[in-house]
Amino acid sequence: MRRGSPNPATKRAVTARLVFTAALVLAVSACSNGGPLDSLDPRGPIAEDIDGLFKLTLYIATGVFIFVQAAILIAAVAFRDRPGRQEPKQIHGNAKLEVIWTVIPVLILAAIAVPTVERVFKYTECSPDAMVVDVIGHQWWFEYQYTDYDIITANTLVIPTDTEICLHMTSDDVIHNYWIPKLNGKRYLVPGQETLLLLEASEPGEYWGHCAEFCGLSHALMRARVDAMPMADFVAWAEEQEAPALPAPENTLQAEGEALFLGGEGLTCATCHNVDGINALGNPIGPDLTHFASRSAFAGATMEFAEEGEIERWLANPPEIKPGSFMNNFELTQAQIDALAAWLRSLE
Amino acid sequence: MADIAHVDGPTDEDGPVDDNHDNGHGDEHGGHGDHESTGTDNRKLGMWVFLSSEFMFFGALISNYLLFKGRDFTGFDRITLIYPIELYDIPFTSISSFVLLMSSLTMVLAHDALASGDQNRTRVWLAATGMLGMVFVGGQFFEFSEFIHEGMTISSNPAASAFYMLTGFHGAHVFIGILMLLSLWGISRRQGGLTEDQGLNLELVGLYWHFVDIIWIVIFTIVYLIP
Amino acid sequence: MATTTDARPVARTIFRRPAGHTGFWSWITTTDHKKIGIMYGYTAFVFFILGGLEALVLRIQLAVPENTFLSAAEYNAMFTMHGTTMIFLFVMPVSAAFFNYLLPLMIGARDVAFPRMNAVSFWIFFFGGVFLYTSFIFGTTGPPEGGFAAEVSRLGTAPNGGWFGYAPNSGAQFSTGTVLDYWSLGLQILGLASLISSVNFIVTVFNMRAKGMSLLRMPVFVWMTTVVAFLLLFSIPIIAVALFMITFDRQFGTLFFDAAAGGDPVLWQHLFWLFGHPEVYILILPAMGIVSEVLPTFSRKPLFGYPAVVFAGAAIGFMGFGVWAHHMFSSGVTPITQAAFGLSTMAIAIPTGIKIFNWLGTMWGGRITLNTPMLFSIGFVAMFVIGGLSGVTHAVVPADWQQTDTYYIVAHFHYVLFGGAIFGLFSGLYYWFPLLTGRMYNETLGKIHFWILMLGFNMTFAPMHWLGLNGMVRRTWVYANEAELAQWNMVVTVGAFIIAVGVAVFMANWMYSKRNGPKAGMDPWDARTLEWTIPGPTPNYNFGVNPVVTSLDDFWHKKYSEDSEGRPVRRPEADTLLAELEETGLNPPAPIHLPAPSYYPFMVGVAIPIMGYGVIYKDQAFGIPLALVGMLILVGSFAGWGVEPLELDEDHEEGDHA
Repeated sequence: MRRGSPNPATKRAVTARLVFTAALVLAVSACSNGGPLDSLDPRGPIAEDIDGLFKLTLYIATGVFIFVQAAILIAAVAFRDRPGRQEPKQIHGNAKLEVIWTVIPVLILAAIAVPTVERVFKYTECSPDAMVVDVIGHQWWFEYQYTDYDIITANTLVIPTDTEICLHMTSDDVIHNYWIPKLNGKRYLVPGQETLLLLEASEPGEYWGHCAEFCGLSHALMRARVDAMPMADFVAWAEEQEAPALPAPENTLQAEGEALFLGGEGLTCATCHNVDGINALGNPIGPDLTHFASRSAFAGATMEFAEEGEIERWLANPPEIKPGSFMNNFELTQAQIDALAAWLRSLE
Repeated sequence: MADIAHVDGPTDEDGPVDDNHDNGHGDEHGGHGDHESTGTDNRKLGMWVFLSSEFMFFGALISNYLLFKGRDFTGFDRITLIYPIELYDIPFTSISSFVLLMSSLTMVLAHDALASGDQNRTRVWLAATGMLGMVFVGGQFFEFSEFIHEGMTISSNPAASAFYMLTGFHGAHVFIGILMLLSLWGISRRQGGLTEDQGLNLELVGLYWHFVDIIWIVIFTIVYLIP
Repeated sequence: MATTTDARPVARTIFRRPAGHTGFWSWITTTDHKKIGIMYGYTAFVFFILGGLEALVLRIQLAVPENTFLSAAEYNAMFTMHGTTMIFLFVMPVSAAFFNYLLPLMIGARDVAFPRMNAVSFWIFFFGGVFLYTSFIFGTTGPPEGGFAAEVSRLGTAPNGGWFGYAPNSGAQFSTGTVLDYWSLGLQILGLASLISSVNFIVTVFNMRAKGMSLLRMPVFVWMTTVVAFLLLFSIPIIAVALFMITFDRQFGTLFFDAAAGGDPVLWQHLFWLFGHPEVYILILPAMGIVSEVLPTFSRKPLFGYPAVVFAGAAIGFMGFGVWAHHMFSSGVTPITQAAFGLSTMAIAIPTGIKIFNWLGTMWGGRITLNTPMLFSIGFVAMFVIGGLSGVTHAVVPADWQQTDTYYIVAHFHYVLFGGAIFGLFSGLYYWFPLLTGRMYNETLGKIHFWILMLGFNMTFAPMHWLGLNGMVRRTWVYANEAELAQWNMVVTVGAFIIAVGVAVFMANWMYSKRNGPKAGMDPWDARTLEWTIPGPTPNYNFGVNPVVTSLDDFWHKKYSEDSEGRPVRRPEADTLLAELEETGLNPPAPIHLPAPSYYPFMVGVAIPIMGYGVIYKDQAFGIPLALVGMLILVGSFAGWGVEPLELDEDHEEGDHA
């Protein structure tokens, strides 16, 4: 080997490889759209690990892709029939080539198989000091019950950052699928069985998710949010959540709403929803509303709590927003809607 | 009853008319002269191929039963906690299994009788096979009505559902076999005997019948005998 | 004592035995594999249009976020029917069209082993498809128990549980109404048709090959047909059991998938995918077979590595039964299960890769004609590779936890099924057009079709890869504004309409050219296999004289010898040979017996859905009587079929042009 500066041909080859790799990496990362459900934008150690393995596989696949497509194009062009072209040699095969293009794929796949199997085992079991939250799937919303605390919420899952969360999941009706793309892959919620999913967020933020298994009419509207916050904030949140709701002050619109909730004017809200401290409904059909106003989203995480008029819109006609909703259109008057909405907004 | 398309090539000395539908090959079916073949008649090969798919069918039904048979259904909704295993009358089922086994023997005897040209005896054994099959099916009916009487229906619990589905489909297969046997018997009576071509059909029905019997042996062992 | 064996069958037919080989009734009663193949083809294409319209309607709905073009109920019916139609009513039957028409021709036979059974497969399929689609007219949807009913338009009263019908959503408790009964019974009927065909094709391949055609001298297309037949043979019984279970759960109160009663919803998935995975190989192998015929013809070289391609095809079929749970990586199965199926899924990439490399080897060093069938076959290889590679990324189990149930998967399977299977099928349609019609299609329109399809297809399905990774889940009637998915969804929708334009060009070319295209003459492609040794349109009896074969690609070797370098040299007698073949093809030297037509297959096809309606409406007054009527027609047809004499009395037919 000659020492000294590399020759121009080698320089070109190396540069070409670097440029190609850079282009590849750029192209693949350009696929990330920065949206709230983007799995190519991992925000936790599990999602990052999976993303790394996926990208490695993707790069290898892209290499194979380029090789094969180039071969196709070259063959189609170079061996195209032209005037004066000879008849081709009638080659029937080549045993050596068969061996090569069997063995090389086997080696590549074996290389990918090892980290694959490792991670399957790593991420299907929770560590013993994980924080456990029970998730129950319903048509068409997710319910969360914190085993270490006396908290039942829905739609938005609040978790501390840098903590492994172990979700113990099941369903109340059909099969659902819990997916928070930036934190991990997804797992089914199966009626009559318990499945596990690990989540961990490394930074505070709101991470969106979706039910990913067709579960009936409003599957498209069964969404989820994860709200990750530092542990101190989480503990404070948990304390607030464990406290029951306070009765509404007298002679306010909220009090009117509370009265309606409890059965005023023939309304049946309290037969499906539970609000600690206001009614005591065991096994409610609908989401627990005790601290409704502390959640960023409702109605299967499709409606923004903070957006004006959304609560009113929902109360006016739930099945119109969520086809098939088990909360029927109760044909509430505007006065009833305003009172109930005011009361719901007070449930912090 | 085969409708194999047959061909008269230019070298066929029998001439163009083929009255006994055998391609001018005498007793051979699935002929040799002008094509590559396994040597087994089309219809017979077809029956074997079909029966191999039936193995998968019963395999799935049996696996289904095995999945549910050991489960404890206490605490579930709409369940009647009666399991098939509690209701079995093994002696009774053993006898009806024996009857079915004997019907395979009579089937072989029917085939044998036809091979030696005795049409009368063929009919006797065909009828015997059909009747033993009917005794078996009758036994199934009796058994099931007992179970229902004891409170185990198709909706009692998943193990019961699996049991009835497995044995029910088997019984339906036996029933279809009985229909085929009686058809052969009836055709033989009307015509005064079975032609050689129809003799193959008897073989095919025989294959089917033995298959149904073998499946029953598997079912009886797995479902009734093994705890 | 013993009576002699000169007993004769007594013919007792209810109707006069049909005799014609031309005219409308000849199609209803035909037992000719070519006519049956043609009927499969046109029927499948009608369903292709229906499935395509369903897709377009879905894409209009998804063009913009939170769209209201379709209601949720309509959307769920449309995506269910799109998948069900494309798989069971288009790709499988159009593959059957190819098998039916070509299999006997490629092995040098006059028909399949069981011509009437062949016809019954078609009619069961035909009326099964009709039965499924009558759900739009007669079907009812209903809310889950405890829910509230709502008005649903006709567009929404069709099966709506997905083509995969996962329990418990598809069970009686969560899908009240009748549409899912139409689905489970309809699929059951269609499965029966395929099962019957598979028995027929296996016996045909093993028992009816031309003299000298050993198994390893059969064209690859015939091999792939055989593997598909075995896949059907062993996988259809499993889905049959699964469908019986869901039907019984819905209709008769069994508790298989009822979780509250101790049933197991995941069991449905295992049974479904035990069928479902071999099913996808059933969908792709025919196209792989077609491509293995087209590439050598237009490269003027033999298929590279014939034994490897055959063996790889068989291996894919066999291994296809060992990967089913890769559809269930996220379903909560144990890590050992996930690891095992991840490995087996990676393994199945190996034989697939072998085939791709061998196709490349076929083209390499050839003398390539880039006509329409060749373009589609090359397109197949290029597009299938993409789908295959994304498939490998699914085998990386933790990555699949992110990918599964998203549009990334939709991208994968459309690349292999559309870019793969459908491109391959188009290649075959153009390639064998001269054999079917005796004429040539329009080459310019063909190329236009190809390029429009390449553009539209990639525009439609490439973006789905990143749409899925960016968070778009499957079977989603709407997606949120904030999800940042709008822009690429619009591109996808535009692409879908471009595909429609391409298909329209194809249809125009086909309908025009089959009547008005220039005559193609004998062996227009200078091809290699037996089906080209007879004139097009294929005569009734196929071969004037039974062919005898002495090697693989026997026809080619009769036309060409090789020089010292291994290059083909046209034999001096080649043209005379073609002229002789045409002559004996059109004027066979001796009379030929053909399988006689029959009404009974048609009647069996009609009877079975009648029984289906009887089951669905069993609680109504007319239900059980209807089921009994169906059963009577069925049993009567079997009886008539069994007794029907083999041939007509005056059956000495000279060659008839089909």
